[in-house]
Amino acid sequence: MLWNSVYNEFIKITAKPRSYLGLLAITVLVGVILFALKVDGQSMIAFVTSSFEQTLSFQGTLLNGNLVAFIVLQMLIIHIPLLVALVTGDLVSGEAASGTIRMLLTKPISRTQLLLSKFIAGAVYTLCLIIWLGILAVIVGKVLFGTGDLMVLNSDGLVILQEQDVNWRYAGGFAVAFLALLTVSTLSICLSCFSNNSIGPIVVTMAIIILFTIIGTLDVKLFDAIRPYLFTTHMASWRSFFEEPLPLKEIIKSLIILLVHQVILIGLSLYHFNKKDITT
Amino acid sequence: MSDKIIEVQQLAKRFGSFEAVKDVNFTVYKGDVFGFLGPNGAGKSTSIRCLLSLIKPDRGEIKIYGQTLAANRSHILARTGSIIEKPDFYKYLSAYQNLAIFSRISGATASAKEIYQMLDFVGLAGREKDKVAGFSHGMKQRLGIAQTLLHKPDLIILDEPTTGLDPQGIIDIRNLILRLRDEQGKTVVLSSHLLAEMELIANRMVIINKGKTVVEGEVSKLLSSDDLVVQLEIDKVEAAKNYLKNHLPQLEIIDSTATHLELAITKSMLPELNKLLVQQGFSIYAIESKRKLEDYFIKMLKADAVE
Repeated sequence: MLWNSVYNEFIKITAKPRSYLGLLAITVLVGVILFALKVDGQSMIAFVTSSFEQTLSFQGTLLNGNLVAFIVLQMLIIHIPLLVALVTGDLVSGEAASGTIRMLLTKPISRTQLLLSKFIAGAVYTLCLIIWLGILAVIVGKVLFGTGDLMVLNSDGLVILQEQDVNWRYAGGFAVAFLALLTVSTLSICLSCFSNNSIGPIVVTMAIIILFTIIGTLDVKLFDAIRPYLFTTHMASWRSFFEEPLPLKEIIKSLIILLVHQVILIGLSLYHFNKKDITT
Repeated sequence: MSDKIIEVQQLAKRFGSFEAVKDVNFTVYKGDVFGFLGPNGAGKSTSIRCLLSLIKPDRGEIKIYGQTLAANRSHILARTGSIIEKPDFYKYLSAYQNLAIFSRISGATASAKEIYQMLDFVGLAGREKDKVAGFSHGMKQRLGIAQTLLHKPDLIILDEPTTGLDPQGIIDIRNLILRLRDEQGKTVVLSSHLLAEMELIANRMVIINKGKTVVEGEVSKLLSSDDLVVQLEIDKVEAAKNYLKNHLPQLEIIDSTATHLELAITKSMLPELNKLLVQQGFSIYAIESKRKLEDYFIKMLKADAVE
């Protein structure tokens, strides 16, 4: 029954025009970034490297597909939560608003199975978005800009990663980015269980992300204690894969915090959804 | 006595400070077309939603097929089909896709052939691939019936299935319900405001008011076939009224207009009434029996209000 319901959710998601907005938006945004880098990328790189020219000499093509993919990921990962929430925030509340949840829940499928099927479908949709982003950023980036060593500027300084050492880092980085977005998906589905209108959970999801990001950015002592436990703090953990040496402990800590968020949100959703009276 | 399909005892449900259902009790037997009646706000929808586990009751027991609903939800719902208030579908999907979606989680996934046959059965042949967004209310109602029947349930619960339908649509639904009972032996629980319709098809009924059961029983026994309410279309209404008061004092004049008299009368008195009035030179243009269920329903609600 669970997998039948998951299949149903895929049919619904693929039939809704709004599901393609995310893919379209990523295509347009990546296209704009690639175009900008193609047109004026060299001068941007020159600006960054100028401060190191006294001590370092750069050889080869710095503006290559690996760097382009890194820039794309860096620029877009903060916008994708909106695209995720646009679809996942509607999965339960949209059905409550349209009345179809009433029809579904008069069938023998359990509420737990129905909700889990929505979480699974939301996760697969999020995975599709991140894979599409990966294809456009890494593959199309390499086709247009060629390949080469990756130069990354972080807070500790400049890191140069060899070309043959980059692909697995992208795989790891995208996997962590997926887990971060999966937390957003789980949050919006959870909020969706508490609402009977489509827009509310999407707006509240974004409001929470903005609020947590602000808390994470403000240098206030009170926030120092909670900052490490906010999922938004770990949304940029994919960058850890591009540090040398690899901060494995930090990565594992981020993964645990993101997973704990997901477990709590799924548990809360199941508890509420199973107790909820369907009056719409 | 036939088997009990539904047993509801002391059902109660509160939403905040509002007690929607206080004490609802009724029993539905196998093969019944069971009328579920009550004015707006009586607690009908809440009770029906409790039967389908959409709402969890605060108190009381619901047994369906002899099993408690709380402990056997999936098993019970696999043998039950329903439409609650109005059938809502995925408007961006076709009629076929909608039925396939509901079928997959109904416990017995229907084949494509069965879905096409069901669409044909409810008169939607040729519209299988059309999106539901373009369907009229009547077509959605037919599609709702199709999703109700697709997994071959033993019990069918229909909450206001004729709302918004045109007269032909109402007749079609009525005939469909009777066919389901007579040809397939289904048990049907039917909530409707259309008392005349209910009188035509229900063999048992319950009336609820203010969240409580007012009366329950067989329609034929509750509506005694001997007690009639008739409307006479007659000339000289005032003279006829005076004549009847003097010569048939046992007859109750309920109401009168310039052209009509409404009388409560026993069936056996009707020929005598007709004969007397004609003999006295009154012209009778029509004798019409009013719907008894409507009067009974109002009488019960009034009695409940007095209590």
